[in-house]
Amino acid sequence: MQVPLSWYLIVAAALFCIGLYGVLSRRNAIAILMGVELMLNAVNVNLLAFWRYGEVARGTLAGQVFAIIVITVAAAEAAVGLALVIAVYRARRTVDVEEVELMKL
Amino acid sequence: MTEFFFNLTWLIPLFPLAAFALIVLWTNRNRLLSTWVAWIGIGLAWILGWTLFFLSGREAHSLTPPGGGHPVPLFSIPTGTTLLRLGFQVDTLTGLMLFMVPFVCLMIFIYSKGYMNYGREDVDPRYSRFFAYISLFACGMLGLVVSDNFVTLLIFWEVMGLCSYLLIGFWFDKSYKDPKRITPKQAGLKAFLTTRIGDALMLAGMLLLYSQTGTLTFREIFREETLHTLATSYAWGQVPWATLCAILIFGGAVGKSAQFPLHVWLPDAMEGPTPVSALIHAATMVSAGVYLVARTFPLFVAVEGGTQLAVVAFIGAFTAFLASTIAVAQNDIKRVLAYSTISQLGYMIAALGLGAYVAAVFHLITHAFFKALLFLGSGSVIHGVEHGHHHTHHHPSEGEGHGDEREFDANDMMNMGGLLRRMPTTGWTFIIGALALTGIFPWAGFWSKDEILADAWRVFTHGGEFGVSMGWGFFVWLLLTAAALLTAFYTGRQIFLTFAGRPRTEAAAHAPESVPSMTWPLVILAAFATVLGLFGTPWANRFYALIGHQAEVMGREIAHGEFNPTVAGISTLVALSGWLIAWLIYGRKPLLVPVDPLEKALGPLYRWLKNKWYFDELYMALIIRPAIALARACYTFDDKIVIDPIVDAVGRFGRWLSEWLKKAVDNPVVDGAVNGVGQVTAWLGEFMRATQTGQVQNYLLVAAVTVLLLLAMFLIRTWGTWSVWLAFLTG
Repeated sequence: MQVPLSWYLIVAAALFCIGLYGVLSRRNAIAILMGVELMLNAVNVNLLAFWRYGEVARGTLAGQVFAIIVITVAAAEAAVGLALVIAVYRARRTVDVEEVELMKL
Repeated sequence: MTEFFFNLTWLIPLFPLAAFALIVLWTNRNRLLSTWVAWIGIGLAWILGWTLFFLSGREAHSLTPPGGGHPVPLFSIPTGTTLLRLGFQVDTLTGLMLFMVPFVCLMIFIYSKGYMNYGREDVDPRYSRFFAYISLFACGMLGLVVSDNFVTLLIFWEVMGLCSYLLIGFWFDKSYKDPKRITPKQAGLKAFLTTRIGDALMLAGMLLLYSQTGTLTFREIFREETLHTLATSYAWGQVPWATLCAILIFGGAVGKSAQFPLHVWLPDAMEGPTPVSALIHAATMVSAGVYLVARTFPLFVAVEGGTQLAVVAFIGAFTAFLASTIAVAQNDIKRVLAYSTISQLGYMIAALGLGAYVAAVFHLITHAFFKALLFLGSGSVIHGVEHGHHHTHHHPSEGEGHGDEREFDANDMMNMGGLLRRMPTTGWTFIIGALALTGIFPWAGFWSKDEILADAWRVFTHGGEFGVSMGWGFFVWLLLTAAALLTAFYTGRQIFLTFAGRPRTEAAAHAPESVPSMTWPLVILAAFATVLGLFGTPWANRFYALIGHQAEVMGREIAHGEFNPTVAGISTLVALSGWLIAWLIYGRKPLLVPVDPLEKALGPLYRWLKNKWYFDELYMALIIRPAIALARACYTFDDKIVIDPIVDAVGRFGRWLSEWLKKAVDNPVVDGAVNGVGQVTAWLGEFMRATQTGQVQNYLLVAAVTVLLLLAMFLIRTWGTWSVWLAFLTG
């Protein structure tokens, strides 16, 4: 028996929801970044699953290329994000996003 | 090639205009640069002007006025039903004016540098402005002579009027201790207002012409059939439109050319700087009136024997006589020349009134040269005497001379004498100008004045063209001959008082000769005043060849000054006797004290002449005083009794009304509405503000919830089909 597409999608949806929950509920900036990473990877799973099971892109490298691009962007985002977090920490001695509110009126 | 140059006509007035703009906007701080800008502007106009003069002379047969001018259309203004076509033109009359105007202008521009004391410590504080003004004036005069229609003609005419006003009042801060003596400011105002009377008449004439013909272009008005219509349709009674319009337009010429009864402004215009007197009030602007009559001449002769020619002839001849009598008793060197100018303009106007078109234009050209020469000479004399005065009053005691500086009148011939030795160039050129003015053979004035007198005589003996009666011929000849006698007398008096004998004041004794930039124009103008007449001798009249064909265009013979030995003999005799009388009174025994021997000899007549026939007093009593009284009455009516109280009452009522409206309407309704809107907005903002936490996580939550809601909505809407999806997903 072949693993059906829906399993992949369910896993991806679950991963996305976990990531979203993390982003919404955590106060630690690093944890939020980790949530974002989870959401991005859920998207990757979706992309590859649809590429593998769909009719349109079969025989091309489109899905893999797309996933690699997302991974690259995620890596860049993580680097910039962590750098920002470190910078904020150095300035404010905290990584709690609710305390980073200098721009608020 | 000719065509090409003719089409450049529009550049001629543009050069000095550009110079004016350059000086006013940029170069006015640099005197030398401003001088050069003005010189280059008029110089270019001069070169192009002479080019056009020679070319138009070559094409004379196809270019004769009035209809033959080469048109240079500029643009047209759409009016209600027609197009108002504006443009320039070149014909031989324009060509002649382009010969005279830019050249005389150039000479005077050059002269002005020295006269306004360039490079000395007493240089005029408004030096650059002077050059700007005279450049603008040159633009006006040049534009006037190339106009082919009444509209641009009037515009340039008024530009000149403005410049005249500005330049007469150039030393507007000058005042005299004698309250009766007119100041430059007042003189400018007087000139402006007096000429305005003539301009109003001229405008009325133009408008009537437009209402009758529907055009203001010369070549269209002067068509045979248009003129015929004008001559045969009647304004009222037995007065044809042509006569009425001609007389009204002549009104403009009377104002501008200072003819009786509007002659009073010109002598007072001598309060301006002398180059201005030479340029505007002798050579060019005042001859614009004569030019206007010459230009619109077909209109004047459209009606055979109409009153318009009689009016022109009478005013011209009477003015020539009147002004020459007044000149006899004037002591101001420039005022003598001013009255002489009025008198000579009278000659031209009288000639036009007799139909002697060519003679009038000839005299206009020659007069411009020798009168410019005389004025510049007098300016040089005044300048010299002023500097002489300065010299004598500053060396003995520094500072003390300042008090009575104003009292010394450098224009007064009684303060001069013996200047020929001190200022030889000025003196000799002045004498040449005087010989030309008095009509001594072979100087220019002899030929041109003689042609006018010969034409008058011919009208008397043979009858004139255009229905001019013989009696007018005699009347004009008699008055003009009498004026010639007086001209020779007052000119001789001027020469002997100024240049002959011994200096009567220290200032005259120390007067230096003027700088070369002032004497060179004198020499050049003197040369022209000498030879110019030879181009218009009765035997080889180049002027007739140039402009005499107008008559042929109109199918009529025009006065052609034939040489008349009787007339020439009489006028020479008269001129010589004028000089002789002047010599007997002023030359034989030079004056030692500043008292005119005529004063005792003529008694009340002298006072009558000295006071200019009491014209100023007459106008003061008849026009100015009543006008002021009327104005005062209107003022009282306006300010004290009726209008102002009414206005005040209306104002108070309006104020009360607005107070009431403010309380009843503005505060509760309008302000309430405005404030209400503000308050609602503020409250709404307070409320909405709560949602803006600044926490990105909140916003993201809102977005996630929204997506979930949308998903739910999608699922509900597709309730029947989503099991299919489920099947697909489970595979």
